[in-house]
This record gives sequence, C-alpha cells and structure tokens, in this order.
Amino acid sequence: MSDPILEPGQPAIRFVEVCKSFGERTRRHLVLDRVSFSVPRGRTTVIAGGSGQGKSVILKLILGLLRPDSGQVLVGDSDVASLGYKDLQELRMRFGVLFQGAALFDSLTVFENIALPLRERTRLSDGEIHSKVSATLEQLELTGHEDKYPAQLSGGMKKRVGLARALQLEPEVVLFDEPTTGLDPVMTKEIYELFVGTQQRLGYTAVIVSHDIPQIFSLADQIILLNKGELDVFTDASRIPASTKPAIRDFARQVMGQSVSE
Amino acid sequence: MNQTQQHPSALVRLVGGLGDQALYVLADLGRMGIFLFFALFGLFKHPFRWKEVLKQLSFIGAGSITVIFFTALSSGMVLGLQGYYSLHKFGAEGMLGSAVSLTLIMELGPVLTALMVAGRAGSAMCAEIGIMRISEQIDALECMAIDPFRYLISPKVLAALISVPLLTAMFDVVGIMGGYLAGVKLMGVNGGAFFAGMEQSVTNHDIRLGVIKSFVFGLLVVWICTGRGYFVQRIRGAGFGAESVSKVTTQAVVMSSIAVLIFDYLLTAVLL
Repeated sequence: MSDPILEPGQPAIRFVEVCKSFGERTRRHLVLDRVSFSVPRGRTTVIAGGSGQGKSVILKLILGLLRPDSGQVLVGDSDVASLGYKDLQELRMRFGVLFQGAALFDSLTVFENIALPLRERTRLSDGEIHSKVSATLEQLELTGHEDKYPAQLSGGMKKRVGLARALQLEPEVVLFDEPTTGLDPVMTKEIYELFVGTQQRLGYTAVIVSHDIPQIFSLADQIILLNKGELDVFTDASRIPASTKPAIRDFARQVMGQSVSE
Repeated sequence: MNQTQQHPSALVRLVGGLGDQALYVLADLGRMGIFLFFALFGLFKHPFRWKEVLKQLSFIGAGSITVIFFTALSSGMVLGLQGYYSLHKFGAEGMLGSAVSLTLIMELGPVLTALMVAGRAGSAMCAEIGIMRISEQIDALECMAIDPFRYLISPKVLAALISVPLLTAMFDVVGIMGGYLAGVKLMGVNGGAFFAGMEQSVTNHDIRLGVIKSFVFGLLVVWICTGRGYFVQRIRGAGFGAESVSKVTTQAVVMSSIAVLIFDYLLTAVLL
C-alpha cells in the first residue's frame, strides 16, 4: 500500500474549508471560519497569530483530537474526521507532538518517558529499547539526566525530553505547540538549533505553532498567519505587511511593528 | 421586534434553563456511560499492564488498610456497646454476636469500606487523572496512539474490583473483633454465646450479599472518581486549571459516596 504522507509532490496535510466553533449552543464562538491551506511535505510550516485565534485547534484537528464542524482535514489522502479507531491510531503513529508544557508523565523518569512509545507501540526488546533511548539521550545532550523525574528538570530540558519522546517512533510529521513558551532567549535559541538539527537528520515535515514573532519566521518555509478569523499564507515573512487581508495587516502592524503600505 | 422577543419572560427563562440543565445532565450521563464501557473493555486489551495493577493494588488496597482497620475497630466496638445496652433491656445479650456480625457483613462493612476508599484513594485517583488531563498528558497518550483507558483507567478498575472486596472482608473481621472486645471483654457477655449466635445467624446468603455490594461499590467509586477526573474540562462550573481539579475531586468523592448509599438501598431491596 502506498503511503499517502510520503507520496512525492503531495502536501502532507490539507485543510479544506474547515470551520470550528466552541461553546454552548446559544453562545457559539467561531474560531476557524472556512480555513483552507496546505502543509508541504518535508518542509517547515509556522502557524502564528494572536491568542485564542485557533492555532492549537489546528494541531488538534490534524491529530483527530477535535472534529471540524464542517470542511475536511486531509492527512495524505485520508480525511481525519472519517477515520475509524484503528486507522486513526495508525495515523497518529506517524506523528510526533511536542506539547506546550512538554506533557511529560510526572510519575515516569526521563528514560521511561522517552521509552514509553517504544514500549507501548513496538515489539522491541528491553535491550533494544535501552540502546535506542540511550542514543537519543546522547544526541539531545540529556545523558546523566535519565533517572530524573520531570519535576526535577528545567523548562528547556523538559522540552528536550518532550522532543526526544516525540521523535522515538521516527514520525513523518512533527507538530510543535508553542515550543519556546516560558523559555529564556538562550534556551529558545537552543531549542531552535535542536529543531534544525533533528529535522535535517530525520527529514520530517514540521508544523510549528508559535507566538515567538518574528524570530520563529527564520525557521519557516511557509508562514500561516491567523487573526480575527482571517488567514493568509506566505513563503516569505517580508511579504506579510503587504497582505491583502486587513486583519493580517493589523496583526503585522501590532506584532512586528512595521508600517503597512496600503 | 416585539417586547417578548427582546426580553423572554421569567417563565421562559426558567423552562429554558431547566431544559439546558437536563440536556447537560443527559450528556454527562452518556459520557460517563461510554467511559465505563471503555474502562471495562480496556481490561481485555493487549498488552495489559499487570505491573500497574500491582501498583494500584498497593495504593488502593494495602494503602487503605490502616484507615479501614481503625474504622472497622471503632464501628465494631460501638456496635458491641450499643448492641449490648439495647439487648440487655430484653435480657438477650446472647444475641450480640449475631447482631454485630450481621450488621457488619451485610451493611456497615461494604458501605464504610467503600466510603473510606472513596475518601482516601478515590480522591487521589480523580486528582491524578484530572491533573494528567489539564497538563495534556492524556492528549499525549492519544497522540502516541496509546489507549488512555487501557493504559490509565483499566488497571485502576481491576485493582479496585480486587481490593475493595478484600478490604471489606478485613473490615468485617476487624469489626467483629471490635464487637467482641466491647461486648465480651468489657461488658462481660459470654464469649461462647457471642460466637455461637454469630455462627447460627450468618448464612451464605448474607455473606454473598456483602460480597456483591463490595464489588458494586468498588466499581462505583473507581468509575465515578476516574471518570470525573477524565472529563475535568467538560464539567460545567468546575472552572479552569488547578481550581477545576480541586472542585471536581470534591465533587467525585461526594458523588461516589451518594452513589454508594443509593445503591446500598437498591441492592438490599433487591437481594435481601
């Protein structure tokens, strides 16, 4: 069977006219309004925008943790919302996710956290798991910290462990939810270097949700900006102020501090 | 636009509010029902986490032994004293063993054990799952294609189903010994009469009723406590973050305690 995500020339992920709203029936809040875009395979797509504009919702829609009210979220050829339990599980195996707070398991050590997907989702022996995790620990400069618990780690170290765990099953797509939130500039730079290094080595498609503007744009092959229900796609950050969408120009003016030519 | 459309009457608002609440309760019951189904289904999924079951047995079962011991001893001794004073009026002190043992085996043992487990282990399970939910650890499991029911919930369910009946049995034994201490050693009831009365009156049916109750109560406690934690972000009025976990934990203990008391009556009415 051909692998839709690996199919050459095809986008890894496509959003087609996706709507998503939240809240009680009488007080629905529309977060995504007929949103369409593609994520190119093997590249880095950065999704940026103000708080509450639906950036993290996009990640949850890709993973099938949320269902769109209408429209389609396509991963390869598969419509995520129409997948059954087993197909969705198989699809998720192809993704790695680095959560905003790293989402490490408090009761497991660093080693156990990184080994978890291998223990639960593969048939590797304990020895194979040990050598694979040890290699990852070394690559991400975590050697010596394997017996620590998440509560004993700094913010940057937690993110590194989270990234190590996300990469264990050699995913085709890695989703980053605010990877540098709460980190100082030195740690932020370190995480970006780590990201570049691992992507060059493993060649995964990256989708990064971030508000670290404009620094995050230096990593992007494609930038998706969201503001007040409007969405625009750019391949070059310098073109953002010239967006045809007023809400995006407003956003650029507020966040990037650039004058916008009408 | 007329006045009615702009400002719905108090009656309309009241009926609307009641309907809205009814829909929420129905949705919540549905969620909890589906949760129970997946939690039980997870017991049969491979690979089962036996080490986690042992850990939970230690936490729910072994960890509750002290509180169960003292609750049982106290309840048994109070029953022994009060039973003695009541029976003494009719010259029927010999029935003390029967009264204490039947009350403990059929009623107090299962109910008080479940309430203690809800307060000690149920609250901790709810808070643990709730924190895992708000810190995205459960989302992380789903993203790694790991079934959170099999991984997190089912081992707790199995551990509760094993440990609550065992703790209930311990409660019954310690309670009866408490009744013996108070009735025989303190009040001077004949020891032989105490145990003879117990032997004559307690039947297999009574023990079976106690065992069934303890299984049902164990399931109720673990179901409600883990379920409330799992759905912490979907519970109306719970708030957000740490506040939501604390509120939902309190709610879980109250709900599971009330459920135990209601099912106690229902099971007694049906099975007695």
